[in-house]
Amino acid sequence: MHPAPSLILFTVLSGTGFGLLVWLGLGLSAPVGLAAFLMFGLGYGLAGAGLIAAAFHLGHPERALKAFTQWRSSWLSREAVLATATMAVLAPHAASSVFAAAPLPLFGWIGAALSLVTIFATAMIYTQIKAVPRWHHWSTPPVFVLSALAGGAMLAAQGTLALWLMLALAAAMVAHWIAGDRRFAQSGSTTGTATGLAGLGTVRLLEPPHSGRNYLLREMVHVIGRKHAQKLRLIALGLGAILPALLLLLPASYAVIALALLLHLTGMAAQRWLFFAEAEHVVGLYYGKR
Amino acid sequence: MTTLPTSTQKKLGLVIDLDTCVGCHACVISCKGWNTENYGAPLSDLDAYGGEPEGTFLNRVHTFEVTRDQAPPMVVHFPKSCLHCDNAPCVTVCPTGASYKRQEDGIVLVNESACIGCGLCAWACPYGAREMDGAEKVMKKCTLCVDRIYNENLPEEDREPACVRTCPAGARHFGDFADPESHVSKLSAARGGFDLMPEQGTQPVNKYLPPRGRDTLDVPDLASMCAPAAENATGFLGWLDRALDRI
Repeated sequence: MHPAPSLILFTVLSGTGFGLLVWLGLGLSAPVGLAAFLMFGLGYGLAGAGLIAAAFHLGHPERALKAFTQWRSSWLSREAVLATATMAVLAPHAASSVFAAAPLPLFGWIGAALSLVTIFATAMIYTQIKAVPRWHHWSTPPVFVLSALAGGAMLAAQGTLALWLMLALAAAMVAHWIAGDRRFAQSGSTTGTATGLAGLGTVRLLEPPHSGRNYLLREMVHVIGRKHAQKLRLIALGLGAILPALLLLLPASYAVIALALLLHLTGMAAQRWLFFAEAEHVVGLYYGKR
Repeated sequence: MTTLPTSTQKKLGLVIDLDTCVGCHACVISCKGWNTENYGAPLSDLDAYGGEPEGTFLNRVHTFEVTRDQAPPMVVHFPKSCLHCDNAPCVTVCPTGASYKRQEDGIVLVNESACIGCGLCAWACPYGAREMDGAEKVMKKCTLCVDRIYNENLPEEDREPACVRTCPAGARHFGDFADPESHVSKLSAARGGFDLMPEQGTQPVNKYLPPRGRDTLDVPDLASMCAPAAENATGFLGWLDRALDRI
């Protein structure tokens, strides 16, 4: 799959933003006044920036409001509804924390729950797609949820919590890679089933339907970018989870948190790049590529 | 609505005969011609006269080679367009309701004025049947020529999809699979029509007919007739070889 920068930015930034909003909603970090303004501003800012980045991925962003209508069947629509609901429900809690120094726990808890489900919905947009076997597996949502919660906990200055979440994230990433490497074979789809000619012999593409590129090849048969997969996995694991976890063992300071956050976001961008670049769509079978 | 109908009154679709298809790509061109001039946004070409031309097509012909055990390899031309699946994954993922499957005849369509161009339906389709138009930025797909098959302004013989109408080999057939007595149902039953990637659980309506068995001839082992000439020539040629070596 094509690793679109807008989607990498969206999933990493908005994930971290909603992760922070989970902890702010739960009241684990309960800032008031200016601190609350900065913290909620960061949560809303990251979540909002991610959603705006995602809008750049659309062919017709002016019709984006229609995406709120199909929540009964579509995970993408559910995500749009949940993201908006999270921001709306948390608004009284945030405003009261900032201006009245009085958090409103009820709004906070409901908002935290919605925020968590929003992150899960983002993951399900990818997990639901059976035609991409690597994504269509239980190991996909934990990576999205844990990376959001770990990044959010770090921003909320919850050192111990962030440390455990970083370790869990590392395990989730490794599980997703190990499971993912076997998924295409497990899906049972081959050039033989794609053409239905498996019973006759070994099937291979002789001539593609055209000599040039097309939308399908660009979007779904993105074979470049996997060359450094093993190195990028180590970078994602090291920068995304292990190094931030080690930094969190140090005495807390703004510099340490900022460095850990920077490393974590860089690592997660590498993880997200691989998430797309390594994902093979079964349509590649019709083009002799995967 | 992007929820799928529990059942459809008709199941309109195609039978594609892999035995008969000669790989001429006429269906590709007639499809592009009809669908550029009629329903919805035209099918654009990008860089049409440049070094890297590409375009939007709703039907493409791939060609595969099947290597067989103890038999010559077989070339199979393979036209591929939307299969109008009963369990269409492209429909349920749509966030706006632009994608839908019609209850009356089972055709899967896109309402282009509601399409935000997110591309998720194209990801969800295992067959590559949907393409985002490079100029209009909306999702394009086979409409089963919905603007031909019910069009009373056309002569009756033209009221079938453009690809079927144009096929010079008779490799494409259009009809209602919900009717067991229809031409396509009988043809599919008689020739062992099959689904593409049944493991994906999409329950395609379109069926493909397998290539028939090929004639077998008592052909000698051609490879043995191509054995290289002996390296050490004897007689006159041997003398010539040695003489030339010495010069």
